[in-house]
Amino acid sequence: MSKEYRIELPDEASMVAFGAKIAQATQGHGVIFLLGDLGMGKTTLSRGVIRGFGHQGSVKSPTYTLVEPYEVNGKHIYHFDLYRLSDPEELEYLGIRDYFDEQALCLVEWPDKGRGMLPVADLVLQIALLGYGRQLSWTPQTALGQIMADKLMS
Amino acid sequence: MRVLGIETSCDETGVAIYDSEQGLLGDVLYSQVKMHAEYGGVVPELASRDHVRKLLPLLDEVFQNAGLEKGDVDALAYTSGPGLIGALMVGASTGRALALAWDKPAIGVHHMEGHLLAPMLEEHPPSFPFVALLVSGGHTQLVQVDGIGQYALLGESLDDAAGEAFDKAAKMLGLDYPGGPLVAQHALQGDRTRFRFPRPMVDRPGMDMSFSGLKTYTLNTANDHRDNDGRIDDQTMCDIAAAFEEAVVDTLAIKCKRALQHTGFKQLIIAGGVSANQRLRERLEEMVVKERAELFYARPEFCTDNGAMIAYAGCQRLMAGQHSGLEIVTKPRWPLDTLAPL
Repeated sequence: MSKEYRIELPDEASMVAFGAKIAQATQGHGVIFLLGDLGMGKTTLSRGVIRGFGHQGSVKSPTYTLVEPYEVNGKHIYHFDLYRLSDPEELEYLGIRDYFDEQALCLVEWPDKGRGMLPVADLVLQIALLGYGRQLSWTPQTALGQIMADKLMS
Repeated sequence: MRVLGIETSCDETGVAIYDSEQGLLGDVLYSQVKMHAEYGGVVPELASRDHVRKLLPLLDEVFQNAGLEKGDVDALAYTSGPGLIGALMVGASTGRALALAWDKPAIGVHHMEGHLLAPMLEEHPPSFPFVALLVSGGHTQLVQVDGIGQYALLGESLDDAAGEAFDKAAKMLGLDYPGGPLVAQHALQGDRTRFRFPRPMVDRPGMDMSFSGLKTYTLNTANDHRDNDGRIDDQTMCDIAAAFEEAVVDTLAIKCKRALQHTGFKQLIIAGGVSANQRLRERLEEMVVKERAELFYARPEFCTDNGAMIAYAGCQRLMAGQHSGLEIVTKPRWPLDTLAPL
């Protein structure tokens, strides 16, 4: 895993467009962790992914609901935001295991807050500040993630 | 009709008794905000456990305050959604159990219907129809209200709720939880003209809103003014808070104005936690005067979650002959525009 996967995204539009590319690369399966501080654009990127599957409506921040489910064209997408979670054990009460079946795509913001209760991510995406734009880098952690990572570079 | 109302949808346990003839007879509240403050947000499982701990003592207290024997009500109302599932279950199961024990009818109430009817508890209530801005940590919606249960969504936030944006901006500025009131406090000392943040989505037609981009703007502005130790001086912090608040408030005012013009209604009500924001009220007062309309809101303690609004909303529906079945039903997600009219 020595290869470095990285891209510069100058604005919101390019972030959303890259989200659509992620949608394509995953085919609607797998677990993706989204890392980055408040205001980095994790929800914006998630919106790009979910819209990438053909979702027309809004993509609300799941901060207050912890998870927002979507069903688009037969694909199930779960958008998590664990920002408010104080103890990973809370996830057990949410029935977390039911979400991570192979039929769905799970996008997880603030996965650190759920450490120990979450499955291994196929892909870990990190968003960082680069001037007023963003730098996106990603690391595959499974064979499925490796395929996704390469597709995202092409 | 005398109704006991129970609210446990999030981090406040509220119990109240409303009488359609005599008005509000009792209203008690326990807020978990302090408990959750150390975590910087609500903790769902902790919230449920705390509701369990507080609800029965609060029930005793509200009957005592009202000078009534326990159970001396005609019916019960409890919040059945939307909200945190575990928290909702506490209020709904308690409400149903008491209804069964006292042999009284009971009804599950929509939390946001409670909020948008809360100004009805005031001395000069609005009359139907009106436009409602529901604005809190979890919701930002503009609703056309033709009557109880007759709600049409005019617009909503497509990403972060306004209150959530306040909380997150606070976090970026290093302020405590809940951040909204603290941002407002700092904004009072700030220069509202030093920074100008964008007003998201006001250049597009329609009444949808977006507040997520303001976080990025707050972050960039803060980072541009950090010293070598990463600190921001107090005045700059206040100026950023003021610019942020101004952007949110202005955006809400522009969208509310559109909603009044779109519906042709002359009454605007604001409800939910953010409706207690002083700057928002000032700005909306200015706007409604120009629109020859009127602004209504609830007293501060009824802007945030409370039992009184649930007792009131439930009472209206119960008096119309509606009630819920014996099973305990909670709906964490429950669109407001799917409610039954009276």
